[in-house]
Amino acid sequence: MGPVQAGAVVLAQQPVEPPPIEYAAIAPVLLMLTAACVGVIVEAFLPRHQRWSVQVGLSLLTLVVAGVALGAYARGAGTGLTTLAGTIAVDTPTLFLWGTLLALGFASILLIADRSVEQGGAFVAESDASSGSSGLGASSGLSASSGPARGATADSSAPSPTMTRATAGVSGMRTEVFPLAMFSLSGMMVFCAANDLLTMFIALEVLSLPLYLLCGLAKRRRLLSQEAAVKYFLLGAFASAFFLYGLALLYGYSGSVKLAAISEATAGSDRSDTLLFAGIGLLVVGLLFKASVGPFHAWTPDVYHGAPTAVTGFMAACTKVAAFGAILRVLQVALEASSWEWHYVLWTVAVLSMLIGVVLGLTQTDIKRMIAYSSIAHAGFLLVGAIALTDRGLSGTLFYLLAYGFTTVAVFGVISLVRTSEGEATHLSGWAGLAKRSPLVAAVFTFLLLALAGIPMTSGFMGKFYVFSAAVTDGMVPLVVIALVASAAAAFFYLRVIVLMYFNEPAADGPTVSVPGAFTTAAITLGVVVTLLLGVLPTLAWNWANVGGFVS
Amino acid sequence: MLDPYIPLVLMFALAFGFAVFSVAIAPLVGPRRYNKAKLDAYECGIEPSPPPVTGGGRMPVAYYLTAMMFILFDIEMVFLFPYAVSADSLGMWGVAAVVLFVVSFGLADIYLWRRGGLDWN
Amino acid sequence: MTTSFLAAEPVRAAAGVLQSNAWVLIALPLLGAAVLLLVGRRGNAWGHVLGCATVLAAFGYGLALFASALGDPHPVRDLYLFSWIPVNALQVDFGLRLDPLSLVFVLLITGVGSLIHIYSIGYMAHDQQGRTGGANTERRRFFGYLNLFVAAMLVLVLGNGFVTLYLGWEGVGLASYLLIGFWQRRRTAGAAATKAFVMNRIGDVGLALAIFLLFAKLGTTQYTEVFARADELSSGVLLAITLLLLLGACGKSGQVPLQAWLPDAMEGPTPVSALIHAATMVTAGVYLIARANPLYTLSEGGQLAVTIVGAVTLLVGCVIGCAYDDIKKVLAYSTVSQIGYMILAVGLGPAGYALGIMHLLTHGFFKAGLFLGAGSVMHGMNDEVDMRRYGGLYRYMPITFVTFALGYLALIGFPFLSGYYSKDAIIEAAFGQGSWQGWVFGGAAALGAGLTAFYMTRLVLMTFFGPRRWENLTTADGEKYHPHESPAVMTVPMILLAVGSVGAGAFFTFGERLVGYLTPALGELEEGHAGVLPHVLIPVLTVGLSALGALAAWLFVGRRRVEVARPQRVSPVVRAARADLYGNAINRALVVRPTDGLARGLVTVDSRGVDGAVDGLAGFLGAASHGLRRWQSGFVRSYALSMFTGGVLLVAAMLAVGMP
Repeated sequence: MGPVQAGAVVLAQQPVEPPPIEYAAIAPVLLMLTAACVGVIVEAFLPRHQRWSVQVGLSLLTLVVAGVALGAYARGAGTGLTTLAGTIAVDTPTLFLWGTLLALGFASILLIADRSVEQGGAFVAESDASSGSSGLGASSGLSASSGPARGATADSSAPSPTMTRATAGVSGMRTEVFPLAMFSLSGMMVFCAANDLLTMFIALEVLSLPLYLLCGLAKRRRLLSQEAAVKYFLLGAFASAFFLYGLALLYGYSGSVKLAAISEATAGSDRSDTLLFAGIGLLVVGLLFKASVGPFHAWTPDVYHGAPTAVTGFMAACTKVAAFGAILRVLQVALEASSWEWHYVLWTVAVLSMLIGVVLGLTQTDIKRMIAYSSIAHAGFLLVGAIALTDRGLSGTLFYLLAYGFTTVAVFGVISLVRTSEGEATHLSGWAGLAKRSPLVAAVFTFLLLALAGIPMTSGFMGKFYVFSAAVTDGMVPLVVIALVASAAAAFFYLRVIVLMYFNEPAADGPTVSVPGAFTTAAITLGVVVTLLLGVLPTLAWNWANVGGFVS
Repeated sequence: MLDPYIPLVLMFALAFGFAVFSVAIAPLVGPRRYNKAKLDAYECGIEPSPPPVTGGGRMPVAYYLTAMMFILFDIEMVFLFPYAVSADSLGMWGVAAVVLFVVSFGLADIYLWRRGGLDWN
Repeated sequence: MTTSFLAAEPVRAAAGVLQSNAWVLIALPLLGAAVLLLVGRRGNAWGHVLGCATVLAAFGYGLALFASALGDPHPVRDLYLFSWIPVNALQVDFGLRLDPLSLVFVLLITGVGSLIHIYSIGYMAHDQQGRTGGANTERRRFFGYLNLFVAAMLVLVLGNGFVTLYLGWEGVGLASYLLIGFWQRRRTAGAAATKAFVMNRIGDVGLALAIFLLFAKLGTTQYTEVFARADELSSGVLLAITLLLLLGACGKSGQVPLQAWLPDAMEGPTPVSALIHAATMVTAGVYLIARANPLYTLSEGGQLAVTIVGAVTLLVGCVIGCAYDDIKKVLAYSTVSQIGYMILAVGLGPAGYALGIMHLLTHGFFKAGLFLGAGSVMHGMNDEVDMRRYGGLYRYMPITFVTFALGYLALIGFPFLSGYYSKDAIIEAAFGQGSWQGWVFGGAAALGAGLTAFYMTRLVLMTFFGPRRWENLTTADGEKYHPHESPAVMTVPMILLAVGSVGAGAFFTFGERLVGYLTPALGELEEGHAGVLPHVLIPVLTVGLSALGALAAWLFVGRRRVEVARPQRVSPVVRAARADLYGNAINRALVVRPTDGLARGLVTVDSRGVDGAVDGLAGFLGAASHGLRRWQSGFVRSYALSMFTGGVLLVAAMLAVGMP
């Protein structure tokens, strides 16, 4: 009889023992959340001209301190533990993912903080009046959401000039982006450590809501940016509903939201399998949406395109890490016993994702959209590793996430440098002959694209190698063959950009390459160095990724 | 096995049936006397000005702010009531937890206040 | 064949400060190369000094090491440096083998190397090649490559395992490629460098395969373990290994059938010719076989193959050497033939290992001297290499003449000069083989001695004697020749080498100094069996044949007028010799054509089959992409619909799979 009536029982008036909390283990998350809250206070009380430097300093310092706390804890950590009444699992994959998120967050904050590439920063400025209505939230143009949806961002249709001219503000940028990014990062960290579905859902919302806002804060191409934000919000809410519905069904099936309890229930029971499979399906849809996998990817190109480039980098790198962290945990901890049923379904999803990403990526004419499709294809590759339910699959996927994240952040860093007077020159035609004008930027971008294509001596190759070899070991040879064909085909559209940069004549009125400020330089350098280092000495990260699995 | 859900399903069916019935019966038996106010879009009892999206205009964002603030405090209440009911058994740890909760809500309120969210003009 | 020395000297760990720091030997020239090649223009002023200093210092260190090891009762030492390739079953340590054999080579390489470095200061002083970098840039680069070469060569001879040897082997290949092609502006230099590199690669494949085979069969590639366990190998495997090693040796040492690159390699600056041909690189093959002597001793088939290669090569080299007019090419073929002697010697087994090394050393002296002498002549003659344009030069460059003549006499085996002792010993040992082998190899070696005397006498006569044919000629640039003696920086090394040419043989031979010294590394030298000819007769025969050859040269060349133009109406034998005995043609037919054909076939497969498939796939994907992108409409409602459809399908699939 259980679940329905149990919920109705009123607690008896006896003292409740507070659950023990391992503060050392969750210190990085606590630090991040605290810093985000402090960031809000800073927004509320500091005068405008001080906010930027304080926020940047606070964010970067917190990331470093959280990293140090993480490292100090990881040094003495055992195989892992669960804390906060079993809602958070701090195990080796969690620590690896947290480390990855903090490092990628650091690089992303550097990109976001840059104010020299785009004068005053790439984000919408504070409007000068402190009037209530426009001082808070999206300042204008909300009608873009409720107005007749135009096909404005259909592939290859360039935004009309009137939209690009719709820039706002005087100088400086909205410094709320920093606490928002910090909140989002905290949510991501909880998301991939969540040991029950409800915590996972809360974390999902905490990571998503700030992202929706961040997407809409571009200084240039305001309407495109806001359209992206609203699309992301609507579809994200839709996906959250899927997740929630799946959660409810799984709760109905197993009587608990804890991953371990669901696993137990699936292992041997005579309960209704309909609830289980429908629940798994819906839950997985919600997760796959966040990871921009397969047929649940539709938002990705538009949002990557419209969002400010720094935010796109943040989203592409960190969200993917968090989402796949959660997917890995759900699949390996909760659903392993029922893997026979969902294995081929996700197998097909992985193939679809690779195909969609590769095929549609071939004909893109906008570099940000191209990278978006590339990320869909990469999500397919990652899923290959994730459904190999072995330790090698787990560690391979973790390594892949780290490698892909750093490459992607650096890619978007470079994209933000190539500009015309109208803003970033994301149309591919603008990249023609770039090597002649700016050989260094072209060389760096070439290297990063090769990493995305998975050429040896880059981290991308090692990541693919680990993931695919794990899948082969797990007996998924046909899938790996498809994945290899897909990565070969994907190499085409990366190489196309390289050819464009090196073997075409630059257009007379083409874009110029801005001299990057210290922040962007640091972020790109970080990404490139890690990409190279992991390609040459993959054991650095592999040894860490390859110890121990999930606890629950 | 699904016994506990049968009343629920009946309940849903009843609600659905009632809704369909109400909508279906109203035009059939109700009087038909139209005036201008009846045909207007409904907006908190005041005349929508400028007209909503069909007219190409914009909604004052202040409405949304107010609604958001309402939800903010609403959620705070939703959590505070259950706490209050079992405050005794939760002890000092419960107090600490709820203070942390209120403080973090307070942060949002402070931000709202400092950035002019409470000024209605 | 005896196996007595299989249990020869036990290998001990290196002891003492000098030995345990022996890596300095390699580090010095390597450091020099790194500095010279990386420092850029700033090093132009002092680059050559640094280049010489590192090699001289290495020579000094080698001497000290040599001297300190002289009284050592256990002269075979291994110095472990670090674990180089620790991969599962493959454990390769990087270490140095310090024994008489390697120390002799160290002294040869650094000693002759030092002299050549010093000589190059003068020789390369004006080298510009029409580049903007100026003379000093080119010279600095040249010294960088020279240092690199010396370092690689030292790795080759000092390594204590086959893999370390292979590292040096490839390093030498690279350095020689860079040096032969040093004059990049010349098409011929580039072609020669490529040819040398490619033909060396063929040999390298043999060496690599031999190493793979050793690892596969014994699980190790370190000398100590390989040689201690050589008797575990079956005779078939041993034969395969020894033949593959021989292939490697043929590539590096310019032996038939891979000899064709060596004369072409004369395109490099003359010091390079001296360094590569006389002293070091070509001796690598001899070193390899001598080093692998425990393997060869166990394999009679392998030994026989080595002797055959050596005998054929020495004759081929002699015959071609008779036909050339280019002074450096004659010397190059002379080298080919002399290396043939050494290979022949080490192929004779325990009776010949030490003799091969001795000839290698004496040859190092007089051939280096001859090359430097040739360089000196060219230096004085506006870089002219055609001997038909020389004549009567002894008056104009007396020092060059005297040193050259001493080297010449040593080479043809004039009694009591270096070559006499080393070459005669080899011929004697060849005759010392029983049965038909004694007759064939001894006969070939003796015939070679006669031919050597002929072509070398011809060279000397055409260059230094006779009428001054250059007086009525002009250079290609239309200038008159002004033969003159070279500066001291060039003549001093020549004089030192001439002293070596005269005395080295006697020094090595008396009291069996060298042979005794090498015994711990190469085993006891076996006296020949009852040979096919009496011992007393052989020196007489050899000297007699040499005298005959010299006389013939005087009759055919010295007494007659030498035409400036090359006579075209010649006998088929001469024509064949001028065409390198068709070595290049054979290479082309056997290697180049098939490779070309294969490459062309692959290109066809690639452009028809692979490209077709790829283009087809690309076209298909492109079309699919154009079709699919319509779905990306930008409408949020259609996105939601696609998600919903996907979700429904996914749940349906899940239910379909899960519910039977």
